[in-house]
Amino acid sequence: MNAPNTAGWRPEMTSNGAATPLPATASGDRGLALEEPLIFELAAPGGTGVDLPEASAAPVAGLSRHLRKTPPALPGLSEPEVVRHYTRLSRQNYAIDLGPFPLGSCTMKHNPRLNERVARLPGFADIHPMQPRATVPGAIEAIAQLADWLMVLTGMAGVALSPKAGAHGELCGLLAIRAAVEARGEDRPVVLVPTSAHGTNPATAAFAGFRVEAIPATDDGRVDLAALTARLADGAGGDVAGVMITNPNTCGLFERDMPAISAAVHAAGGYVYCDGANFNAIVGRVRPGDLGVDAMHINLHKTFSTPHGGGGPGSGPVVLSDRLAAYAPLPFVRRDDDGVAHLVEEEDLSSLPGAAPFGRMAAFHGQMGMFVRALAYMLSHGGDGLAQVANDAVLNANYVLRSLQDVLHAPFADAGPCMHEALFTDDELGEGVTTLDIAKGLIDEGFHPMTVYFPLVVHGAMLIEPTETESRAGLDRFISSMRSLAARAKAGDPSLKTAPHYTPRRRVDETLAARKPRLVWQG
Amino acid sequence: MRYLPLSPADRAGMLARVGAGHIDELFADVPADALLAEPIPGLPAHASEMAVERHMTRLAAQNLSAGTAPFFLGAGAYRHHIPASVDHLIQRGEFLTAYTPYQPEIAQGTLQVLFEFQTQVARLFGTDIANASMYDGSTACWEAIAMAARITRRGRTVISGGLHPHYVATAQGMARFTGDVLDVLPTRLVETPDCADLIAIIDNKTSAVVVQYPDVLGRVPDLAALADAAHAVGALLIVVVTEPVALGLIEAPGHLGADIVVGEGQALGVGLNFGGPYLGLFGCREKFVRQMPGRLCGETVDADGRRAFVLTLSTREQHIRREKATSNICTNAGLCALSFSIHMSLLGGEGLARLAAENHARAQATAAALAVIPGVSVLNQAYVNEFTVILPGDARAAVRAMGARGVLGGVPLGRLYPDNSGLANGLLIAASECTTDDDIAALVDALQEVL
Amino acid sequence: MTVLYTADHEWIAFDGEATAGQIATVGITAYAQHALGDITYVDLPAVGGALTKAETAGAIDSVKAASDIYAPVSGEVSEVNEALADAPELVNSDPQGTGWLWRQTIADPADLAGLMDETAYQAHIEGL
Repeated sequence: MNAPNTAGWRPEMTSNGAATPLPATASGDRGLALEEPLIFELAAPGGTGVDLPEASAAPVAGLSRHLRKTPPALPGLSEPEVVRHYTRLSRQNYAIDLGPFPLGSCTMKHNPRLNERVARLPGFADIHPMQPRATVPGAIEAIAQLADWLMVLTGMAGVALSPKAGAHGELCGLLAIRAAVEARGEDRPVVLVPTSAHGTNPATAAFAGFRVEAIPATDDGRVDLAALTARLADGAGGDVAGVMITNPNTCGLFERDMPAISAAVHAAGGYVYCDGANFNAIVGRVRPGDLGVDAMHINLHKTFSTPHGGGGPGSGPVVLSDRLAAYAPLPFVRRDDDGVAHLVEEEDLSSLPGAAPFGRMAAFHGQMGMFVRALAYMLSHGGDGLAQVANDAVLNANYVLRSLQDVLHAPFADAGPCMHEALFTDDELGEGVTTLDIAKGLIDEGFHPMTVYFPLVVHGAMLIEPTETESRAGLDRFISSMRSLAARAKAGDPSLKTAPHYTPRRRVDETLAARKPRLVWQG
Repeated sequence: MRYLPLSPADRAGMLARVGAGHIDELFADVPADALLAEPIPGLPAHASEMAVERHMTRLAAQNLSAGTAPFFLGAGAYRHHIPASVDHLIQRGEFLTAYTPYQPEIAQGTLQVLFEFQTQVARLFGTDIANASMYDGSTACWEAIAMAARITRRGRTVISGGLHPHYVATAQGMARFTGDVLDVLPTRLVETPDCADLIAIIDNKTSAVVVQYPDVLGRVPDLAALADAAHAVGALLIVVVTEPVALGLIEAPGHLGADIVVGEGQALGVGLNFGGPYLGLFGCREKFVRQMPGRLCGETVDADGRRAFVLTLSTREQHIRREKATSNICTNAGLCALSFSIHMSLLGGEGLARLAAENHARAQATAAALAVIPGVSVLNQAYVNEFTVILPGDARAAVRAMGARGVLGGVPLGRLYPDNSGLANGLLIAASECTTDDDIAALVDALQEVL
Repeated sequence: MTVLYTADHEWIAFDGEATAGQIATVGITAYAQHALGDITYVDLPAVGGALTKAETAGAIDSVKAASDIYAPVSGEVSEVNEALADAPELVNSDPQGTGWLWRQTIADPADLAGLMDETAYQAHIEGL
């Protein structure tokens, strides 16, 4: 036989190992790394991708002087173009579905797809908030079941369901406190907020018309009980409406003095607001009501895993103690003596003499789509599974803490276990290497960064919340990458300063964006 | 438990690694009497996917869904046909399971969507700029009132009686605590909106005039006259749009002098969802950008000089300003903004105009059919796809009775205004491209039966 | 030219011995601009507005922070640095020159008591 013609059969795949620069492409795309223009650059205005009839009637006479002269200058594209545009854009995003998303305090856990399916049932998704209530008993019952779960899990007497997100829930809780203070005929203009609080806490208190006073943290990352009690002692707390505590707190630690904090605030006539953003760590294991909490918002998009959706929609129901429940805003659900759920609105108040709602947080009844998903999540886990959620979330965080504390500074590691998130700082990294560099290096490693520079009580914070939906093998991969980054930082690897390198875009110029804001396409 | 990857062996090994003999040792900081040893009494145990789906499906089946009945409800929430590709695309995990795009290098998809969304909203509203969305229309409306007070440094806001009463209640709930003064005109069943009454009470202490367009009764106020009157005394005009489809037919508020335009974007791309999640829209003049609430996405460049997008002007926001923030808002309605944007990308301006015209035509057909029922009259001279009819008696009873017959026959004003008996006979009727001739006939039959 | 400093890192400059009604120029120090990072926006008081010593007169935004600026002394604003609207980066590049913020009257020279001279201010920031 003839000798095979190797040259003609297949080109040489590699030469002698010498690096060759990557060739440019005419399209700007690089294989599966696809660029995508703005939708406005794909087509000019004038078309439409929806089949609609020509107008079949002239406008009513009274409308003629109000008619729009020209339609909005926006393109309308065919379905294939639109599907491709958004699919290509989607590939420039990181997501939980792609890998760990260990943003501390954000609780980025797996979003079960069953919840998506049931939320789209027409009996939930295609009903109008103002339908006759007799036509939507199943929807009202679903809301009531969610309310039951929330009250039992937290040990609280009532729940306001309409807040649209966590910060909105904070506002709702503070307004309930303010209404309760006013109902007592008192003037308490001050709310105490620890320095370790979420930024939303002081913003909310100010927005609700309170004066914010800071309470310091102790060296072990917790609320300074002595400072708090000193502020409230001997009648000095008469101007204090309440305190806002995040528990577990933003250092990932349980506020072990919580009963004493609550007792001091109650003794001074105030109310205890708990930021429930970190409820994921204790759900099923601890009832905040047992700790003296009077109001707490629950981020359904955190603990109960409704999707974050690239920044909302969230949902922030607020559970209320029996001291505050009467002030819950409209609308709310309540069960009658026969257990039948009713949706209470303005027109029903006259038959409920005990209710003193402070008003309305928003139009309609709240984030029904999120309620349905959260209820499905609760039913799936059950009381036993939710306790396991907390256990696994805390175990995973401690596993990360103990696997990294020899290479990263962990300010509170010696004081004991953490809860659902592990806090590190950039103290022991190499000269000039910052938390930001580690975060960007993590992107090159294929992970979403942790929360950085928060909480503010330590320098260069890195707050890692793995959540319970990461496997041990997945955590080990993450830990391995973090250890590698710490080693590179200490070795002075300059490539960390320019990371990320393997992303659709490199570090972006935030200064340019803020100095000369370009918020809409000008083409 | 199907959502928890750790096996018993994993847990045992990991506990050993962290030096704990029992999981409760990791909860050592919890006061002993507060740490529960057993599942909380009264809660069921975990359930299979099939069992949960069955439970939820049974609850859903008890509700009369809009797509299965003659349906005429509006009043701030509207049913339109949503193209199938919208829901398909928003369920892509890269959109659905992403966080707020704080890491721009790995969130250009979400960021570019927000930039496109901001452009679409600004062009729909006729404003210079728009933000990346708010919770919903009612909260956006309050944010606009608060923003106008910051700009004008005045504390009195004049509000039309045609503003959706839930929006009024939301603002009043906030104003009670912030000290802003809200002068709300009464809502009256008359054929013209209350522009003249508003103009009469604007003065040099007025921060803003708030008017809904079309208003809650479906009437169309004269925005240009209101803008002139407001601007003459240094006040701002805030226009609230609860049905964005209407802006395919009537002039954009920004083109008529509105300084801030807010709205409920649910009608485009987002389902009825029994009231939420919805989508707050917020546009304004460029010169007010630093007083604007909510997230903003801006165009910039990356280290290689390529166009990139990033959240910007975040110093207005709570996580930096804390108690000095423009608002305590820390989220938008990202996925709903995506739905809106996809639907708008399919429609385009041309499609929106045709959609609005078709809605108007179906509303005209509905109004004409109702007007011939003895004792029933149509209030509006002008409307787009929603109008008010006046019944001979309390509309609440009629709507409940129609509902019992399987017809979802509008929103009775008595439900929105339980304390205003003068409105009790009013009934809001909305039509859309979904409204068929059979639906209209069913409505007419049902209404005749129950009157 | 006399230049005095506040503990909050504002400077105030005026000719010779201050007298009531005299015009002074106000800005932030090099130390302050460095701490803020890239400055993106400067919110200045209104011309003709009254300022009260130690109360908020304006604000400076950088990419990551927003800081209030306090009036070093009471007085009335006579002029603001219009160039900062388009070029806030001047506060970074030349904080005690072209990056000045506003000019105001010195209502009462007694307000100047307690402000630091250059030497005292340098000692102050070294102690931070």
